[in-house]
Amino acid sequence: MDSSAIRSRLAGAEGRLFWRSLGELSDTPQFREYLHREFPEQASQWNNPKGRREFLKLMSASLALAGVGACVKQPEERIVPYVRQPEEMVPGRPLFFATAIPFGGVAAPVLVESHEGHPTKVEGNPQHPAALGGSDIFAQASILTLYDPDRLQSIRFRSEVRGWGDFFSAMKGQLGAQRPRQGAGLRFLTERLTSASAAEQIATIKQAYPQAKWHVWDPTAKAAGAPSATYDFTKADVVVTLDADFLTGGPAAIRYTRDFAGRRRAAADAEAAEAAEHVMNRLYAIESTPTLTGAKADHRLPLRASEIAAAAQALSGGNGSGTFSNSAAQAFIAAAAKDLQAHRGRSLVVAGDYQPAAVHAIARQMNEALGNVGVTVTYGPSVDINAGDHAASLRELTQAMHSGQVDLLVILGGNPVFTAPADLHFDVALTKVALSVSLSMFPDETAFVTHWNVPEAHPLESWGDARAFDGTVTVMQPLIAPLYDGKTLQEVLAVFIDAQTGKNAHDLVKEFWTRAYAGTVPGWTFTDPTGQPFKSADSFWRHVLHDGWITGTAAAENGGRRAEGGNVATSDAVASTSAQAPAIAPGPSSALPPPSSSGLEIIFRPDPMIWDGRFANNGWLQELPKPFTKITWDPTAWMSANLAKEKGLIDGDLVELRYRGNTAKLPVAVVPGHPEQSVTVFYGYGRQVTGRVGSSADATAREFDVYKLRTSDALHFGTGLEIAKVGRYLLARTQEHHLMEDRHPVRIATVEEYRKDPEVIARFGERPPRTLTMIPDWDYSQHYKWGLSIDLTSCTGCNTCTIACQSENNIPVVGKEQVDNGREMHWIRVDHYYEGTPEDANSIKTHHQPVPCMQCEKAPCELVCPVGATTHSAEGLNDMVYNRCVGTRYCSNNCPYKVRRFNFLLFQDWETPSLEPLRNPDVTVRSRGVMEKCTYCVQRINLARIDAKREDREIRDGEIVPACASACPADAIVFGNLNDPNARVSKLAARERTYGLLEELNTRPRTTYMAELRNPNPELS
Amino acid sequence: MINPKPATYEPAPLIEPGHTFGSITDKIGGVVLTTKQPLSWIIVVSIGFMIMGMLGMAVTWLLLKGTGIWGVNIPVGWGFAIINFVWWIGIGHAGTLISAILLLLKQGWRTSINRFAEGMTIFAVMCAGLFPLIHTGRPWLAAYWLFPYPNSMSIWPQFRSPLIWDVFAVSTYFTVSLLFWYVGLIPDLATLRDKAKLKPVKVAYGMLALGWRGSARHWQRYEHIYLLLAGLSTPLVLSVHTVVSFDFSIGIIPGWHATIFPPYFVAGAIYAGFAMVLTLAIPLRKVYGMEDFITMRHLENMGKVTLLTGMIVGYGYISEAFFGWYSANKYEGFMILNRMFGPYWYMYWTLIFCNIITPQALWFRKVRTTPMGLFAVAMIVNVGMWLERFVIVVTSLHRDFLPSSWGMYYGTVWDWMTFIGTIGMFVTFFFLFVRFLPMISIFEMRTMAPAAKMKESEGH
Repeated sequence: MDSSAIRSRLAGAEGRLFWRSLGELSDTPQFREYLHREFPEQASQWNNPKGRREFLKLMSASLALAGVGACVKQPEERIVPYVRQPEEMVPGRPLFFATAIPFGGVAAPVLVESHEGHPTKVEGNPQHPAALGGSDIFAQASILTLYDPDRLQSIRFRSEVRGWGDFFSAMKGQLGAQRPRQGAGLRFLTERLTSASAAEQIATIKQAYPQAKWHVWDPTAKAAGAPSATYDFTKADVVVTLDADFLTGGPAAIRYTRDFAGRRRAAADAEAAEAAEHVMNRLYAIESTPTLTGAKADHRLPLRASEIAAAAQALSGGNGSGTFSNSAAQAFIAAAAKDLQAHRGRSLVVAGDYQPAAVHAIARQMNEALGNVGVTVTYGPSVDINAGDHAASLRELTQAMHSGQVDLLVILGGNPVFTAPADLHFDVALTKVALSVSLSMFPDETAFVTHWNVPEAHPLESWGDARAFDGTVTVMQPLIAPLYDGKTLQEVLAVFIDAQTGKNAHDLVKEFWTRAYAGTVPGWTFTDPTGQPFKSADSFWRHVLHDGWITGTAAAENGGRRAEGGNVATSDAVASTSAQAPAIAPGPSSALPPPSSSGLEIIFRPDPMIWDGRFANNGWLQELPKPFTKITWDPTAWMSANLAKEKGLIDGDLVELRYRGNTAKLPVAVVPGHPEQSVTVFYGYGRQVTGRVGSSADATAREFDVYKLRTSDALHFGTGLEIAKVGRYLLARTQEHHLMEDRHPVRIATVEEYRKDPEVIARFGERPPRTLTMIPDWDYSQHYKWGLSIDLTSCTGCNTCTIACQSENNIPVVGKEQVDNGREMHWIRVDHYYEGTPEDANSIKTHHQPVPCMQCEKAPCELVCPVGATTHSAEGLNDMVYNRCVGTRYCSNNCPYKVRRFNFLLFQDWETPSLEPLRNPDVTVRSRGVMEKCTYCVQRINLARIDAKREDREIRDGEIVPACASACPADAIVFGNLNDPNARVSKLAARERTYGLLEELNTRPRTTYMAELRNPNPELS
Repeated sequence: MINPKPATYEPAPLIEPGHTFGSITDKIGGVVLTTKQPLSWIIVVSIGFMIMGMLGMAVTWLLLKGTGIWGVNIPVGWGFAIINFVWWIGIGHAGTLISAILLLLKQGWRTSINRFAEGMTIFAVMCAGLFPLIHTGRPWLAAYWLFPYPNSMSIWPQFRSPLIWDVFAVSTYFTVSLLFWYVGLIPDLATLRDKAKLKPVKVAYGMLALGWRGSARHWQRYEHIYLLLAGLSTPLVLSVHTVVSFDFSIGIIPGWHATIFPPYFVAGAIYAGFAMVLTLAIPLRKVYGMEDFITMRHLENMGKVTLLTGMIVGYGYISEAFFGWYSANKYEGFMILNRMFGPYWYMYWTLIFCNIITPQALWFRKVRTTPMGLFAVAMIVNVGMWLERFVIVVTSLHRDFLPSSWGMYYGTVWDWMTFIGTIGMFVTFFFLFVRFLPMISIFEMRTMAPAAKMKESEGH
């Protein structure tokens, strides 16, 4: 409005003029328009008959649609066809790419399933010698980390978002200052690495900056000075472990499990005639913390970690009578020693990673004396490019940092602020560094205090390379472009190399390996699988990307060892301890640690699921039940029943641990079979800075940081622990009861018993006659008849099946509170049972049993569903019709196996956009109020069925592999058509040791178990 | 106790002397037609209504969040909801039993209590009916998918499931009970219409009375239909709880899979029902001064029925325990030991105390004829019957076949709110009924009056 309009109106007024507002007074056309539209939005429509009708129509339509829209919110989606169809991509059909997921620097070779450009599932690489198709929980769970919305998403400098160019120029500036000083203030800190291309980059950097130093820290690294060994369990008849858990905890375990379990299975199923050549291997486990390896052992001797060295020596000496007063230990060691000697060249002594070098030396001496070297064990250089004493390396770095010598610290991977031993005060030292850089996937404790944070690309976003445990060069290729600003290790290292300026990860990796192929990198020779040289560099590279690995690089020598980590102290002194004269071979080693002092022992172990803490934000791993205790989401301090009794503790008591002046808190878990006067604590929990999943809501859980107790001089165990109860803590378990209660869900016999009388397994239970039913039998002979066989002799209880299933079938994570409520969603669980008396650790035997849906032919669940939401397929599958289910839960009540899972709440995350591409598009994402369960991976069955129909043939045996079977490193799970007499599953089902779980209920389960056979030493039984 | 003078024992009369047709009508009809209600009525209905509001809140939250707000889990997939369902259905048994079976058996004493017992049945079945629906994961679908409605997909319910049988049994029972109740009310509604002074009240009762004029033809048709409905209800009394028991006995879970269940459940239902009738009758007769109509004779008879059915229920417990051992089945044997000495031992032994020990007091006439004593026993039995369903549902499921899947179950605050909420709903509805409908059948009571007897002797 303008004042002139008002003025003119006032001037022209006759009589008294009343006005209510200046707007009215000025009476401009705009004001009239405003008045006219008292309801400014739609008012004028009312005056226009046509418009009004339109308005009402729209109004009613939108009201009606509002009701419809309220039902399900349909996401806005754009469907854009390919302008040019990518080669080999058929919409709806996944593609598979070979790559690797490094763990502790060592490659876990994998095949990754990709749906329209987004990876959804990780499988073991079936051709790679280090995997043979198997995988482990970490590889399986890595896909969730890829899509984790809490990842570090941008390059940051002092918490402000910056670009890669900013980082680049900042580093160049630093390097300019370092160049005249030859890099004296430049330090790199990495985890264990096996990448040859990275090794070359580091060597190049060290050439340019000779004073720069490269340090290494991995909290789970094996003891300093321990020799690097690879084992061949296919040739070992007798295996003795010295606190070694070769069946879990790293990519090597995948292949070891396959070999070890394969031997067991072959022996268990050998026909009488060939029994002599298929001798079942015998495993003696001398161990401290109970492990899955110990659980699988035929004989297990629980000792304190500090007693293992003495036991090794006693074993080496042939008997334990001088060392142990305990008659069980004496007998055990004598029998094991005798057995080893009886199997010269076919036996194996395995020393544990967390035992000191002296124990490794004794093991090596024994292996050498027994003629095992070169047969069952190969000692060679480590596949690590930076092997050495991690603690010493980190100590040296920290000292330099404390004294202000470090101008630029580049932390490439790892989370040293969280994981460094308490006595080094790494976090304090870091504040004295002029400029610090961290490359990490998450905003973690280290990223929180370093100046520059570079987001690390996930292995599935990365070009790279790593070596498998046996040395095989394994090349990583990305499945997807980095979701955020992720950079690979090689890309960050390239910043420090003038010659590699501007090169991306692909160029760096490809160029290195092409040069290695061409022979310009010394030490490498490549041949194709037939032993012939490749035709061209291009053919070589294509071959490598297709297979994911390079043939013939298994020997760690191929490619040579590089000692770029010159400042990484290596002490080979221990390994070369002179041989003396023992019973097995060399005698007491001079390098034995001093005998354990009295007092309570503390054993440090990485958490079996979240490892050193790096997987804290991975819900699948957090919710995966930990071995034996079946506790999820929390760490515990393990102790024996006797110690708990002595200290007045029970499960779930919160204790304060005092050790060398430091304290931490942990809840107690009583673990039968744990050695006496010893407590195992697991590091990795108590994260202070991490994503939403890993950061605990309650303050107590933040005190579970066991790293605070760990000192660099005794990383793996020590004595002098004090514990005191300070309260209670809720522990969420997936299994509460661990005794079989005389019900024999796991049927166990010795291989001797079974060979003598195969009926011994059937006698554990009762199998009702097939005529015992009121409902006529369905004729399955005209169809496929799917069946699943689970071999308990092979199964190690590693949980890989559970997490593979979770990944394949879009199974949600429910959280600790819901697990405690008994609402975990795992479709296949691994049951765990003890035998023996908890007070006697020697008597404990442990059994594992994976339990998926039994797909009963006479399924109790189907009968009781009021809406027919669970019905039987013509092929014998017990199908779940999610959209018909109303959720009465009657089926679950009536399921004797309790394998059904119910969506009590909306467990599935429908909101987080980054989790959408994670889901398997072939499997329904279930919502609230719906029952679900194992389907035998029906989507895989149907995929194979489509292929077979198109090619007008039957589905071949082995064409369908459910996710659990595919992931199983022990190859314990076999799926197939029971109507095909030549199918592997039919042959297994016909074995005498095959039985049905609870088959006395006449449910006729399609999932069958093969009894657990063990091979105890008759002398010890 | 030995009665010292059994021969001289004279049961209390069914109606206290001195009543005429008019006095009966005024006494019973007066409660309805007055504008003044006792203060206790207002307090009880207010509290009941508030508790019903709590039920509304609990159910709303349930629908918003899901079944997970309750304590149910795997292995215990059914919890409070099913316990409450069976408990309420059981309570809903006595009404029809009293109306129908006792009518057919010509038990004159039923007359004073049948009306409110039937009301109790209706409201109890309403409370019960709520639970099977809301206990499902997706009630908005369960609400109609469980019925065999014709649809273009040709999808029917799965008729082998006992839950479907339940749907039919409970809905039939509710329908017939409602009809039976309403038909029985018609002559009284007409009386109220005639007695009412206010026009709107007259119109309201007039509509409900369906034009009843009390002609001989009306009475003849009434007698026919009432007898027919009684005949129809009688098998229902037995069938409903038999079918409810099938929910369990069809399952293969030890503790459920038992042939004793149908009779044991029916007896338990009558037991619970009579306990609830006593629970309601004793305060009602006191508050409204109905001691003349609900006499000690009635209370004593109900006490006797409670004792008898309690003994049958006790037999059921004993037979369960016996067959647990006699079957030589390790699962069955474990189940019964687990009930007695497992983690829920206190539930089992409290149940035994409530349902077997306590009713033994009813052997004593002193107890049977003391309203307070009877009331105490009835309340304990009410609790005991709830515990029985808890023991059957939870202790069977929580430890079944595989020890690895054993677990525990505890109701959450939402479970309790829902359960207590239905008690509020029951109380509200019941006391509204007491306010607006004659709680005792007026015309049937009139047949008990001495005047009626006289007429009868003159040749009715």
